[in-house]
Amino acid sequence: MTRFVLGRIGFYTLIAVLLAFFTIPLLWLAAAPFTSDPTYEVRVPDFTLDNFTAILEHPYALPSLLNSLILAVGTAALVVVFAALAAYALSRVRLPGRDALLYALLLLSSIITGTAAMVPLFQLAVELNLIDSQFGLILILTGGLLPAAIFMMKDFMDSTPKSYEESARVFGASPLQIVRHVVVPLVRPGLATIAVWAVANVWGNFLMPYLLLSDVEKQPAAVIMYTLYTEGGQANLTLLSTFGLLYSIPVVIMYLFVSKKYGFRFHGGIKR
Amino acid sequence: MAAIELRQLTKVYPGGVKALDSLDLVVPDGEFFALLGPSGCGKTTLLRTIAGLETATGGAVVIGERDVTGVQPGGRDIAMVFQDYALFPHMDVTDNIAYPLRIKKVAKGARHEKAREVGARLGLEQLMDRRPGQLSGGQQQRVALARVMATQAQAFLFDEPLSNLDARLRLEARTFLKKLQRELGVTTVFVTHDQAEALAMADRMAVMESGHIRQIGTPAEVFQRPANTFVAGFIGSTPMNLLDATVRGDTLEVAGCKVPVPSSAAGLLRDGESVVYGVRPEYNTYSDRPADGALGGKVVIVENLGASHLVTLEVAGVSVQAVVPEGNEPAVGDDGYASPRRDRALVYRDGELVSA
Repeated sequence: MTRFVLGRIGFYTLIAVLLAFFTIPLLWLAAAPFTSDPTYEVRVPDFTLDNFTAILEHPYALPSLLNSLILAVGTAALVVVFAALAAYALSRVRLPGRDALLYALLLLSSIITGTAAMVPLFQLAVELNLIDSQFGLILILTGGLLPAAIFMMKDFMDSTPKSYEESARVFGASPLQIVRHVVVPLVRPGLATIAVWAVANVWGNFLMPYLLLSDVEKQPAAVIMYTLYTEGGQANLTLLSTFGLLYSIPVVIMYLFVSKKYGFRFHGGIKR
Repeated sequence: MAAIELRQLTKVYPGGVKALDSLDLVVPDGEFFALLGPSGCGKTTLLRTIAGLETATGGAVVIGERDVTGVQPGGRDIAMVFQDYALFPHMDVTDNIAYPLRIKKVAKGARHEKAREVGARLGLEQLMDRRPGQLSGGQQQRVALARVMATQAQAFLFDEPLSNLDARLRLEARTFLKKLQRELGVTTVFVTHDQAEALAMADRMAVMESGHIRQIGTPAEVFQRPANTFVAGFIGSTPMNLLDATVRGDTLEVAGCKVPVPSSAAGLLRDGESVVYGVRPEYNTYSDRPADGALGGKVVIVENLGASHLVTLEVAGVSVQAVVPEGNEPAVGDDGYASPRRDRALVYRDGELVSA
């Protein structure tokens, strides 16, 4: 009996410690921006808005959030369009070596835009005159996300019955019409998933923009965050916490919005 | 409206499977035509080849005197109902019915008007704003039919149109489909694996087996005079008795009994020849007293068919079945005699019907 009680106490203590490990940073992020002189400890805030005034006066903070948005939306748009078209083709056309190609893509995707490919990617960007260009960065980020996106998207495409498309074909619809009228609406939840995943990925990406964008006016929030130091070389917790909060909010809102709008799937139309 | 003609149509799948082997078939204008066969016989492949969803390896598909063998499905002026109906789940009933017109670039107002008109004809007025997921199986089927009607195509193709309905609804839908086809007068080819469905609905039918058409005819012809033992065994809710027989002059020796040569084969048999004697259980008259030209044996099984009973006799080690009206069914173990109707019995030589 004592053994059991002790075991339970140990178990719940472990869970409490684990939970604290994840909650305390979040509590800090919620409290510190509203505290006059934030430190590393979590304190009950005195609800000042001075920190927000300070971050608004920072010359690069707000524009960097806009830069993040441009990079994220641009990349997500390209990824969704290309992944959908490629996945549709891969799902519907039988090619020799198709599966091998897909697995190779998935494998390579973790290397491209990863640390391993840094030097050649930088070289490539320089040669193509795409260094310090947001468009160039979008292309490189798209390339990095596409393989995994195609892989995920193909799964969605595979799970939609072919007879929808054949039906439209017999009525005379062209391939592009079939994709627009039938395939895209059917896989919309999949497209939304890919878009959210791409946005979140780009939003949190530090390395690529840090390497490829030198002009501070073009840099996204993730890079600007890295520059928020006091004159003494210490992390400026006032600005960091406030900017951290502003940086997280858009992603949270996006998740809530998308899950509300696409958190369901169509049912019926095919009798099983 | 148009006739459908197939000339030596062949379909070989990659990998060498011959799904259709040089088929010739003419479906005249306005006919309700059934393609019947067991699964894997190529009937669905044939339908899909007519639709253009499969490319023919050889031969020609002619619809309304136009060779459409190389034409895309959309250019063939046909409409198809799929086995799973394939209604678009993200469109309401109106948009589903109007979809073929949307492809033809008919203005929104006009095509919705047409959809409502067709929908009303099939009793869908109350459902026009629903999504397919909110409809029952029978309603989904009617939406699928309304959608092909809206196309005003020259010919309709139905792939197993009734297989997704439950048994009672299937009977209703059978009557409904036949009536609708008669009213519209559009050439219609449908695929089914259910012989009762084909017999009930079709004007004419083709019975298929492994890529070949084994018989073409009206339901009455196919039921009464199956051209070969395959069709004989496939058609009919109770399978035909197919018994080994030897010709002895004017009689046939079947399982130790003597039966007269059927009228259809009279004068066409050689003495001493080995043939197969075929008679449907429905055309066997059962009696508990011996009779001339009857097959006599012991009753081994009695199955209740509702208004009649299916009695299985064991005649010299061979099973012979007869349908007995209710009221005078025998008990298991009784002696029984089945007298085949001479004008309905058939003789097969090497699997093919012997007839003039």
